[in-house]
Amino acid sequence: MGDNKRMRIVVDFDLCQSHGLCTEAAPELFELRDDGFLYVLNETPGPEFAAKAEKAVLECPTGAITIKGE
Amino acid sequence: MHTIVIVGASLAGLRAAQALRKRGFDGRLVMIGAEQHAPYDRPPLSKQLLSGEWSADKLYFHAREKHAALELEQRLGHAARALDVRERTIALESGESVSYDGLVIATGASPRMLPHAAGFSGIHVLRTLDDALAVSEALHKRPRVTVVGAGFIGLEVAASCRKLGLPVSIVEPQRLPLLALLGEPVAQAVFQLHADHGVQFHLGTRVREFQGEGRVERVVLEDGSVIESELIIAGIGVVPETRWLEGSGVALSRGVLCDTTLATNVPDIVAAGDVVRWPNAATGGELTCVEHWSNAVEQGQAAAARLLDGPSVAPYQHQPYFWSDQYDRKYQCTGRVRAEDAFEVVQGGLDQATFAALYAREGRLCGVLTSNSPGVFLRARKLLAQAVSLEDARRALT
Repeated sequence: MGDNKRMRIVVDFDLCQSHGLCTEAAPELFELRDDGFLYVLNETPGPEFAAKAEKAVLECPTGAITIKGE
Repeated sequence: MHTIVIVGASLAGLRAAQALRKRGFDGRLVMIGAEQHAPYDRPPLSKQLLSGEWSADKLYFHAREKHAALELEQRLGHAARALDVRERTIALESGESVSYDGLVIATGASPRMLPHAAGFSGIHVLRTLDDALAVSEALHKRPRVTVVGAGFIGLEVAASCRKLGLPVSIVEPQRLPLLALLGEPVAQAVFQLHADHGVQFHLGTRVREFQGEGRVERVVLEDGSVIESELIIAGIGVVPETRWLEGSGVALSRGVLCDTTLATNVPDIVAAGDVVRWPNAATGGELTCVEHWSNAVEQGQAAAARLLDGPSVAPYQHQPYFWSDQYDRKYQCTGRVRAEDAFEVVQGGLDQATFAALYAREGRLCGVLTSNSPGVFLRARKLLAQAVSLEDARRALT
C-alpha cells in the first residue's frame, strides 16, 4: 500500500528566484541552468532522497519548494 | 532533557525547533518570542511588502511549511527579560518564569535608532512585521521619503518607494552607498542605479536634527541642507539582542560568544542566528556575526544538533550569502569581501543590469557579486568553496 507511494517535489515557479541553494542541497533533484531557470530533474524521487529533498525545502529562501505525499 | 526552550521566534529559532524534532527530541519544546507574530520571513519586508505586491499573511512560515508535527508551545508577545543559568529559568517581561533543561538563544538583533528622533512621529526603522506595516500605512499618504543610511535595507526601501512613485532622498555619511562593504566600483554603480531612478543623494553628511510640530516635517543635515520630508526610514545597522543576557554568566562580546560548534560557555546553552558571534573557519576563523538568511537556517540546525549530540558534532562553518533586490536587479553576494580586495568584472558590466564580479585577496578568490546572473553565481560559489586562485576563477567563468 503505502510503500510504493513516492514523494512528489513541487516547485512554485512564481516564488522561485533561482537562488539555487536547492541544487547544492540535492544536486540529483535540482539543476540551475545557464538560462538562469531552475529545473527539477526528478519530480518523484525514491525515499533515499528524502533527506536531501527536505534540506532543499528548508534552505530555499523563497519557500518555493514543497514535498507532497510524504 | 525534558524541556528545551528556544528564545527567539524567527528563522533561526524555527529551524532549530524543526531540527530538534527531526532528530527525535520528543520532550517539551517551548518557543518564546518578543513579537506577537508566529515566525515569519523578514527579507520580503523591505521588498514585496513595502511595494504592495504581497500582503502580510504571505510571510508566515506556517503558511508555506507544515508545522503541525512540531508540537511547539509558543509564548509570543513577551520578550525574555533575564536568564538564571543556575536555576535554569528565563524570566519574561510578563512576569512569567519558564524553566529549561536545554536552551537555544536566537534573539537576533535590533535596529539602531537614530539619535535626535525622540519626540517625533514619522520616524521609523524596518526590522519587524509591525515596523513594515507601520511604514506601509504611512506610504499610503504619499509622503516625501528620506532614507537614512545607504546600506542594503535603506537601498531596498528607496527602490520600493520609487516603485510607488514617491520622492526619495538618501542620507549617507560615506561618500558612496555600500562603499565600505563592496568597494568603489560597485558603490559607484549602485549610486548611479538609484540616481537614474530619481533618488536624491546627500552623501558625506549626517542628520543634524529633525524639525516639525510633533510630526516630522523636515530633516536638517550637517552640511546645512534641508530636506522637506514627512516620512523618515532609518537603516543604520543592528545590534545583537543580548540585553536580557547581561550578568547571566553567558559570555557576550558584541553578540553571544560561541565556540566552533555554536555552544556558549554555559553547559546546555547554544545559540543561533544574528545574535551569534563565533569563529567561522570558512572565512579564516575570526570571530564574526553573519546576519543573513541562510546562516540563520543552517545555524538553527547546527545548534540543535550541538544541544542534543554534545561537543562531538562537526564545527559549524558558513560561507556568507545574501541577496538584495533593487529595481530590476537581483544582486547576489557570497564570501567575505572587503573594500580593499582586488576586484574584477568577469561578465557583463557594472553599468549594465547583468554582471558577475570577483573579489580576491592574496591572489585567491574570496568573494563573488553578481547581478541578474543566478547561473554564473552558483558556479562562482562552487569555485569559492574550492578556494581557487583568481586566475582559475576568471578562466572558469569567462
